[in-house]
Amino acid sequence: MSNFAIVPGLAYGSQLALGALGVTLVYGVLRFSNFAHGEIMSFGAMATILVTWALQARGINLGPLPTALLALPVGIAITIGLCLVTDRLVYRYYRQAKTQPVTYLIVSVGLMFLLGGLIRFIIGPNDQVFNDGTRFILKAGAFKAMTGLDQGLAIKTSQSITVVTAVIIVCVLFWFLNKTRAGKSMRAYSDNEDLALLSGINPERVVMVTWIITGALACIAGTLYGLDKSYKPFTFLQLLLPIFASAIVGGIGNPFGAIAGGFVIAFSELFVTFAYKKVLAYLLPSGFAPDGLVQLLSTDYKFSVSFMILVIVLLIKPTGLFSGRTL
Amino acid sequence: MSFLIGKEMSAGYGGTDILHACTIGVEQGEIAVVVGPNGAGKSTAMKAVFGMLPLREGSVLMGDRDITHLKPQERVRNGMGFVPQNNNVFTSLTVQENLEMGAFIRRDDFSDTLTQVFDLFPVLKEKRSQAAGELSGGQRQQVAVGRALMTQPQVLMLDEPTAGVSPIVMDELFDRIIEIARSGIAILMVEQNAKQALSIADKGYVLVQGSNRYTDTGSALLANPNVRKAFLGG
Repeated sequence: MSNFAIVPGLAYGSQLALGALGVTLVYGVLRFSNFAHGEIMSFGAMATILVTWALQARGINLGPLPTALLALPVGIAITIGLCLVTDRLVYRYYRQAKTQPVTYLIVSVGLMFLLGGLIRFIIGPNDQVFNDGTRFILKAGAFKAMTGLDQGLAIKTSQSITVVTAVIIVCVLFWFLNKTRAGKSMRAYSDNEDLALLSGINPERVVMVTWIITGALACIAGTLYGLDKSYKPFTFLQLLLPIFASAIVGGIGNPFGAIAGGFVIAFSELFVTFAYKKVLAYLLPSGFAPDGLVQLLSTDYKFSVSFMILVIVLLIKPTGLFSGRTL
Repeated sequence: MSFLIGKEMSAGYGGTDILHACTIGVEQGEIAVVVGPNGAGKSTAMKAVFGMLPLREGSVLMGDRDITHLKPQERVRNGMGFVPQNNNVFTSLTVQENLEMGAFIRRDDFSDTLTQVFDLFPVLKEKRSQAAGELSGGQRQQVAVGRALMTQPQVLMLDEPTAGVSPIVMDELFDRIIEIARSGIAILMVEQNAKQALSIADKGYVLVQGSNRYTDTGSALLANPNVRKAFLGG
């Protein structure tokens, strides 16, 4: 059970949480739902992959760890650049015109298609596997030998990297938001824009910092997702739904909520589509083991889970689990 | 000639003027109070002085400098502090963070000012790590005033600082405001509670329909039978 639900759940949840944090930050500061976020993640992953290939071609690698980790900082820088350029070229115009949030939303949808096209133009629509290094940190056989249990536990390197990175990133983010001058000014701006202006907080600076963080988060989330599964440009369009579901379930605009929401969505998806055959085979007397996979839903319904949770939360507690609007 | 003065200001929202050649000003270390019936343009006059509303005619002078064309943020940098009537604290930030944000434009060490604000409003020190949104109305107003004081302004503008607080808290807030004025800061405020406000005012302005009706010292206005009858309820 832990093999195929808990460990992947933790990894997938971390990826969703990082993605949802980006969405939530943009919503908290710029006050719109950034539909292009999935494609920004995709773009970040693509940038990292390209740098990884360049490094691999030169024979540089990190031994047991994937080379992509080495390429990640460059990828982050490129993604931040992308965010700042799109803000300068696109969003700033609408900000100065004090446009309605709905317009922003449509603009971000447009940007989403544009970026999606650009990405497929650069790297092509196919699957790219760029994870090198050791595949497993803990192999099933080794675990059996270690603990004497008769069921194996396998932890992929990419999964542990995902969880560790996510924990570090989240800690740094919260430290930044709560302890630094720039972070506090971001929270202040998100809380009360007019009063922030009266206090002499420069909105353009806050917006810039927000995009920098969003870009970094998106690139990391995209790369981790790509490492864990594989990189395919189209999946990021589908990933947008669980990411938004995570952000909204947790209360959009609230970073804590984004993280909680990420794990809620990830585990729900996995538990609903999990094949309970083996579990039941253990629990039930021998001979009663079911023939089918005993999934509650087939994996094809994965995305409907996000939808259902989203609908339920919006019906029962529209503000999300941690009612939020501000950072 | 007052230290801060909005002279002959005409301004409004959209096409029509709300202020008609309205003049309000304040001296350093003094309290000036703007009173008047609802819709008289009191808050509008404050916004005009602070640059949140462009003037169609008239000018705003501080010291000897013409600041008519400065943006509100630039006025903050030039020593003006403003406490709006609504939404005047960052509700999700702690009390201390609110004050730190007040000092955002200061790059120097502002711990002295922080101590001064805590001395002025001891209750804030007690609740420094509590979110400002969890405080009572009166305490919030103290946070709001404290936030504006963090820039060490020469002029403090208050838009109805006692709106929605109990009479006891109101008296205490007025005491604090007098204390702030004694430290040499000019205070320009709009008040609904005209009687109490005029009783602490060095100068009072009675606005009606966007223009000056009576201008005198606070005590003279209180003694003026016409003012009493029309605006102070006898």
